Amino acid sequence: MKEKLHALYAKAMEEVASLNTSDEQISKSLEDFKVKYLGKKSELVSIMKEMGSLSKEERPIMGQLANDVRSKIEKAYGEAKEKVSKLELAAKLQAETIDVTLPGKCIAPGKAHPISAVQSEIEDIFIGLGFEIVDGPEVEYDYYNFTALNIPPEHPARDTQDTFYINSNVLLRTQTSSVQIHVMENKKPPIRVISPGRVYRSDAIDATHSPMFHQVEGLVVDKGITMGDLKGTLELFSQNMFGENTKIRFRPHHFPFTEPSAEVDVSCFACGGKGCRLCKGEGWIEILGAGMVHPDVLKRCGIDPEEYSGFAFGMGIERIVMKKYNIDDMRLLYENDIRFLSQF
Amino acid sequence: MVLSMNWLSDYVKINASPKEFSDRMTDTGSKVEGFEVLGEKIKNVVVGKILSIEKHPDSDHLLICQIDEGTGDSVQIITGAHNISVGDLVPVAKHDSYLPDGTHIKSGKLRGLPSNGMLCSLGELGLTSHDFPYAQEDGIFILQEDCKPGDDIRDVLDLNDIVVEFEITPNRPDCLSVIGLAREAAASYNVPMTLSKPRVKNVSKDNINDYLSVEVKDNDLCPRYTARMVKNIKIKPSPKWLRTRLRNSGVRPINNIVDITNYVCLEYGQPMHAFDYEYLKGGKIIVRRAEKGEKITTLDDIERNLSEKMLVISDAEKAVAIAGVMGGQNSEINNDTKTIVFESANFYGPSVRTTSRSIGLRTEASGRYEKGLDPENTLPAVERACELIELLDAGEVVDGIIDVYGKKAVQAEIDFEPEKINRFLGTEIPEKFMLDTFKMLDIEYKNGKLYPPSFRADLLCMQDIAEEVVRIYGYNAIKSSKFVAESLVGRRNDRQKYLADINRLLRGLGLYEIQTYSFISPKYYEKINLPEEKRRSVIISNPLGEDTSVMRTTALPGMLEALSTNRRKRISSCGLYEMAKIYIPKEEDSLAEERISTTIVFYGSGDFYTIKGYIEELLAMSGIKKYNVSAEKNNPSYHPGRCAAFSVNDKVIAIIGQLHPSVMGNYDFDCPVYAAEIDTEYLITAKNTVREYKPLPKFPAITRDLSLVCEKSLEAGTIQKAISKYAGNLLESVSVFDVYTDAKLGENKKSIAYSLALRSPDKTLSDEEGDNVVEKILKGLEKDFDIKLRS
Repeated sequence: MKEKLHALYAKAMEEVASLNTSDEQISKSLEDFKVKYLGKKSELVSIMKEMGSLSKEERPIMGQLANDVRSKIEKAYGEAKEKVSKLELAAKLQAETIDVTLPGKCIAPGKAHPISAVQSEIEDIFIGLGFEIVDGPEVEYDYYNFTALNIPPEHPARDTQDTFYINSNVLLRTQTSSVQIHVMENKKPPIRVISPGRVYRSDAIDATHSPMFHQVEGLVVDKGITMGDLKGTLELFSQNMFGENTKIRFRPHHFPFTEPSAEVDVSCFACGGKGCRLCKGEGWIEILGAGMVHPDVLKRCGIDPEEYSGFAFGMGIERIVMKKYNIDDMRLLYENDIRFLSQF
Repeated sequence: MVLSMNWLSDYVKINASPKEFSDRMTDTGSKVEGFEVLGEKIKNVVVGKILSIEKHPDSDHLLICQIDEGTGDSVQIITGAHNISVGDLVPVAKHDSYLPDGTHIKSGKLRGLPSNGMLCSLGELGLTSHDFPYAQEDGIFILQEDCKPGDDIRDVLDLNDIVVEFEITPNRPDCLSVIGLAREAAASYNVPMTLSKPRVKNVSKDNINDYLSVEVKDNDLCPRYTARMVKNIKIKPSPKWLRTRLRNSGVRPINNIVDITNYVCLEYGQPMHAFDYEYLKGGKIIVRRAEKGEKITTLDDIERNLSEKMLVISDAEKAVAIAGVMGGQNSEINNDTKTIVFESANFYGPSVRTTSRSIGLRTEASGRYEKGLDPENTLPAVERACELIELLDAGEVVDGIIDVYGKKAVQAEIDFEPEKINRFLGTEIPEKFMLDTFKMLDIEYKNGKLYPPSFRADLLCMQDIAEEVVRIYGYNAIKSSKFVAESLVGRRNDRQKYLADINRLLRGLGLYEIQTYSFISPKYYEKINLPEEKRRSVIISNPLGEDTSVMRTTALPGMLEALSTNRRKRISSCGLYEMAKIYIPKEEDSLAEERISTTIVFYGSGDFYTIKGYIEELLAMSGIKKYNVSAEKNNPSYHPGRCAAFSVNDKVIAIIGQLHPSVMGNYDFDCPVYAAEIDTEYLITAKNTVREYKPLPKFPAITRDLSLVCEKSLEAGTIQKAISKYAGNLLESVSVFDVYTDAKLGENKKSIAYSLALRSPDKTLSDEEGDNVVEKILKGLEKDFDIKLRS
């Protein structure tokens, strides 16, 4: 009997060793093996049945041996089964392999117009600095666009902004600065606002001119506001907008509604100030006009210039867009060719 | 303003390269646009003496010249010009030389014979006969200068100057002059400026008052009128130094008298005019407003109609000049002029501006007067003109000055408070620096007060003074600071946030945002068949052209233009949206109503239900659950069978549809185009962005599909409403999943299939309960619409 058990064991081990493929028959082979060696009608069971014929002394020894053989075969069967299922999974995954280089499927989202995208970027920076966003009329009274900004009728500064008139009293605003007046008339300091929007000038359409374009105006009025604060604010803005190493440069200028006034350059964001094609070798790009709000403008809006001071600034969005993306023709921005728009 | 650095050096000595000078002047407020080193491009051009001339053996028109270039050897040069003689001194471009236009001259052969350079004409040196009146334009420039062979032509012709071009802001008309810029340069470099008072040495025995009287009738428009006379005028070209200065300042030399007026204008910033005394009838100058219907022919030979608002200079009979704009032809000086009157006057800027604009004539003088000139300047300027008359030996200055000077302007008085200035600027500029700056800028300091000079009418308050100080001190020396202020919340308001949400949604749906012009052509309304009553627009009175002449009341036509541009470029599928203002006119003289409008247009992939889906998503995002969609058969922009109106509370919130074939034709579309116009302002008021959590269902839903057969014309929306009505509160959702027509269904019938979800919040519904609901629905549909279950 002992010999029978040993022979059975050896046979089973030999058979189980061959169960290591992943072909379609393997599951059946495994099942057959299980029935053959471990099932109710297996050889082992029939050998066990012979136990009765053994002596009292031999019976537990043989019983022990039979159990050993059984558990070893069970273990080998378990291992073979696990191995086979691994092989089967690997074969399945192999069969399911796809070409990952085929293109993706998706509803392609649209995009923001570059003017809006840059405008949002500017807005976000100033929101972070505690500014509100306000809107103002584009069809505007002459008073708000000019007179209230120290540009009375027949003032030579009117020549620098060729104006579309609706009638003698109403025009299309030439600058977002008109919103300064609306804000100061309606709100007491502290004031911290920006106002983006469309402005209009009677310039024929060409690569660098458009009769309609966009500006962002900024206004801060409070106690003790200094020109240093103006510089600090624009420096923060520029570093956020154009990169943390951006420097700014103030040049004296004249705007009737600010005093002192400045034109503001930022160090070229393409070359960092070394001079390149974008900045025409200057190292600087003019981007802003700014200054301290003129006391007459404050007074006109009912704000006492002895108590309060403020600064204002304005920038053209198209100019920033064109510099930022190296666009050489402004007309592209209004042609709305999606081959252009999809590039941003 | 173009400044000759040689001229500037009469007043102030600056030791700086042109680049350094430009940067410094820009930093202190006189913006430099650029500079040019004159003659820089001319290289290796010298004076040559013609030693011999002979005919070229193989040419009828070429001459062979032997030239002395000052090197001792003679050089052979062949020329085609014939105005030369032996002994002439001429400009010679030697072998390997450069001309102002960049031409590189090298030795070569002309008809087989060597030519080692080129003899130059005026034009080849970048000059005209105005610069050298004695030279002829066509032919070689025969030099009459004091020079010898081998001299550099740039020295001989005074081409060695640097000219700097300034962009002067309108508040600083004083800087439109050599003296004004000299003052700025002196202050910028903290060096002294030498300004001498012009002086006429010899005057005639007679007096100006013997010949001329000046009456200023309208002194509101003419605060000051100063005149001097010169007799025995000798009209001739000005000397070379004066011509050179004018030329380098961008002014064409004409003759000594005209040149003097231009010279003084450039130097002092005071426009001057010279009248021929012989043509001033009655020996009178009257400064008055023009009469109705009065006319004058100006120096440019154009007859101008004058109005009573315009100021003129007249004699006893007629206008002889438009004040501050241009002189009249009737009193123009000519080669026979014997006696002249110099006018050096001050006119009221706004009036000159109005006049010059209304007659459409802008001149050097009017451009200056417009900005408001200093009345104190008229006298020194006319004195300078007379000084130059003497210097140029152009005539005999008549004794006496007529000077009609009304009320002097009140001098500004500004408190000097250095700490306040520093507090305002955020700087620590020493008081001494401020006082030094005032001195350089001629701002007088006395007893704690500042008195700006008469030519600085722009200085009125502390802030103006602060700018003067800080621009000389350096804007870039101001330290950046972060203001300490009350905290304010920076944020987008609800409206702005919602608009941003719409933008994000539309882009997420695959639409590209575009920007189109706010103004359009009135013809655009025609192109979209817009009804007449909706075409009333804000009209621009002075448009660039018809294409941009009215403010749009709808963005649709502009967007269709953009869409058709894409179609023309053979882009197969294109979806665009714009969120921008439209402008609804209100009553005359008030502003427009500016409304945000959102418009979507597309062609290519998608159909009516695509654009409908966009609006459904938009309404869902906006929290608007109750809305009505109805067919819109009468909107002329759209296909009458493919247009719908979305309304909320009976007010239309969006119109969607396929464009009417005639509109598509107007834009040459060859495929269906869909559009949606969304009343965004109304959407903002109707939106509900408050969200409240509803517990998730505890019990499962059961579903039922109903395939119905009904009249073809019956709208799905109507059926759906009826289903909801008859289903009762167990109905959770209902949606269409199939629509088809087939002859087998019967004539004018269609099949429409709905999927229903039923759910109770309290229990799991049984099949029987579900069947009961379906039965109720079917009964109701049959009763109301004769709808049957498809068999």
